Amino acid sequence: MTTPVVQARGIVKRYGHVTAIDHSDFELRPGEVLAVIGDNGAGKSSIVKAICGATIPDEGEILIEGKPIKFNSPIEAREMGIEIVYQNLALSPALSIADNMFTGREIRKEGWMGKYLRLLDKPAMEDFARDKLTELGLMTVQSIKQPVETLSGGQRQGVAVARAAAFASKFIIMDEPTAALGVKESRKVLELIQDVRSRGIPIILISHNMPHVFEVADRIHIHRLGKRLCTIDPKDYTMSDAVAFMTGAKEPPAQDAG
Amino acid sequence: MSDTPQPAPKGQEFEQTLDQSDTKVASFERKHHTLLERIQHVLHNNPTLVPVIVLVISLIAFGLIAGGKFFSAFNLSLILQQVSIIGILAAAQSLIIITAGIDLSVAAIMVLMSVVMGNLAVFAGVPSGIAILIGLAGGVGAGAMNGWFITKVKLPPFITTLGTWSIFYALLLWLSGAQSIRGQDIDTEAPFLKFFGASFNLGGARITLSAILMILVFVVLWYMLNKTAWGRHVYAIGDDKEAADLSGIRTDRTLLSVYGLAGFVCALAGWASIGRVGSISPQSFYEGNLDSITAVVIGGISLFGGRGSIMGALFGALIVGVFRSGLRLSGVDVLWQVFAIGWLIIIAVAIDQWIRRVSA
Ligand SMILES: Nc1ncnc2c1ncn2[C@@H]1O[C@H](COP(=O)(O)OP(=O)(O)O)[C@@H](O)[C@H]1O
Ligand SMILES: [Mg+2]
Repeated sequence: MTTPVVQARGIVKRYGHVTAIDHSDFELRPGEVLAVIGDNGAGKSSIVKAICGATIPDEGEILIEGKPIKFNSPIEAREMGIEIVYQNLALSPALSIADNMFTGREIRKEGWMGKYLRLLDKPAMEDFARDKLTELGLMTVQSIKQPVETLSGGQRQGVAVARAAAFASKFIIMDEPTAALGVKESRKVLELIQDVRSRGIPIILISHNMPHVFEVADRIHIHRLGKRLCTIDPKDYTMSDAVAFMTGAKEPPAQDAG
Repeated sequence: MSDTPQPAPKGQEFEQTLDQSDTKVASFERKHHTLLERIQHVLHNNPTLVPVIVLVISLIAFGLIAGGKFFSAFNLSLILQQVSIIGILAAAQSLIIITAGIDLSVAAIMVLMSVVMGNLAVFAGVPSGIAILIGLAGGVGAGAMNGWFITKVKLPPFITTLGTWSIFYALLLWLSGAQSIRGQDIDTEAPFLKFFGASFNLGGARITLSAILMILVFVVLWYMLNKTAWGRHVYAIGDDKEAADLSGIRTDRTLLSVYGLAGFVCALAGWASIGRVGSISPQSFYEGNLDSITAVVIGGISLFGGRGSIMGALFGALIVGVFRSGLRLSGVDVLWQVFAIGWLIIIAVAIDQWIRRVSA
């Protein structure tokens, strides 16, 4: 069996009296789209945040490509090529699309201007951002300097996904990327997900939307009451089965998805 | 419509028609409606435009009302000289306000450090250059102390700097014994402290070095804010700190550097103020905090953070100077100058609110 990209065992995270993650396991395999589903408050966001360093778990062990890892911040995860599209997108509304794509990893000009005066290479960053958005079919080219707050919800989502896709080398986490979108914009995001997978980058997709999950997921991780209940193969179960497992209406299968 | 699953090549069945639908949503085109909305958008993208327009209009208006004596090169350079110290403080204040903070201690840091420089150079016999370096370092320390309380102890900037304002003010009264250091003593013991009071004539204008320093400070900070990654991070923090954190900015470290730098700029203003005032007075610039905030707000920098150009604060300081000078030369009572500045502040904030409501 190939080494999982992420393997987490016995993760615990408490917020005061609330146990958001209760001895949960987690596994992401190479090249797959892993959907994470579960009721509101089940701890879906919490477990992926623990994997990418956005929160530090109280207990448990995380292995990335087989090596034990303890992230202290999302910056460390990102330096390893892990990108996250947060539920709230984590964009700076007043800054431009290009600025947002490069936040925290700006490119400086070559030579002494960049070295001593720390001058940014804005044209290079704008070209890169424009290329990436065009590659993902997200834009007409002239407006890369536009502040993000002037974009529609779907366009912002596009910027956040493009940023993740452009820089991820290990895997991408997407927390409810279609929750706030219309039909057409959701479709665009699902196409982006398939696009990223076709380049061999695995994706963790948290979503409430069963049709979307069943359309793009290779495996489904069902989260319930702070821990992984089971994993299923979407080809073996129906959407109503999945909902029944996740709400506790039905006992989970004895065997996890192979 | 049947429930049996079809071999759907792409998407859900109900989404099949999407391919034929108009594709505009995914592009970044936008439509403008009314003239007012268009103005709102232009201002949104160029927040410094408002203070520039106000400055130009007030220059023309006072030129018409007060006549030649207002528009003389001498008077205009006098305005520049008069606003130089508050201008430098406003530059420091802008840094803080762009991070969505506020600094009530800027003037106290400035005067405290001028007292430190004066005490060391005039009374303790420390060479002027070293006294100044110690004062500038003290400014960094005072600013970093604010920054430490805000980032590490997680106190709100308003409360922190309200506290340190009193602390620094008490310290400066103690260090100075509530006494001024006289101009003659500075001249004999440490004339270099008055360096920025020097001036030269240029056409009919008299340019003081403190005015040049002010412009230099603005240019350097503008470069740092707009052309370096650090500057982009400062804006991102003011815009949405949590988002900045999540997108990989070391927000606490950046904030600490902002407060330290602001403290340094305040101390620089302290040095320049010795030349500008001619003596070192613990009672001077007591309203400097509020004056600096006034300049920043009139300059179109949002008190909510993340928006506005630091150059706006320069124009804001100049607008205040132009109003004071113009109204005085027009023979208007001082109280109406204060009255006018008050309205400027309220109008500036109202315009900022309106610009921020720009529709997507
Ligand atoms: N920062 C936090 N502070 C306190 N409680 C939290 C925090 N984040 C999450 N929780 C709690 O942890 C539980 C799981 O939340 P979350 O992981 O966001 O669930 P989900 O994403 O599945 O809806 C909830 O009860 C939530 O209230
Ligand atoms: Mg969530």
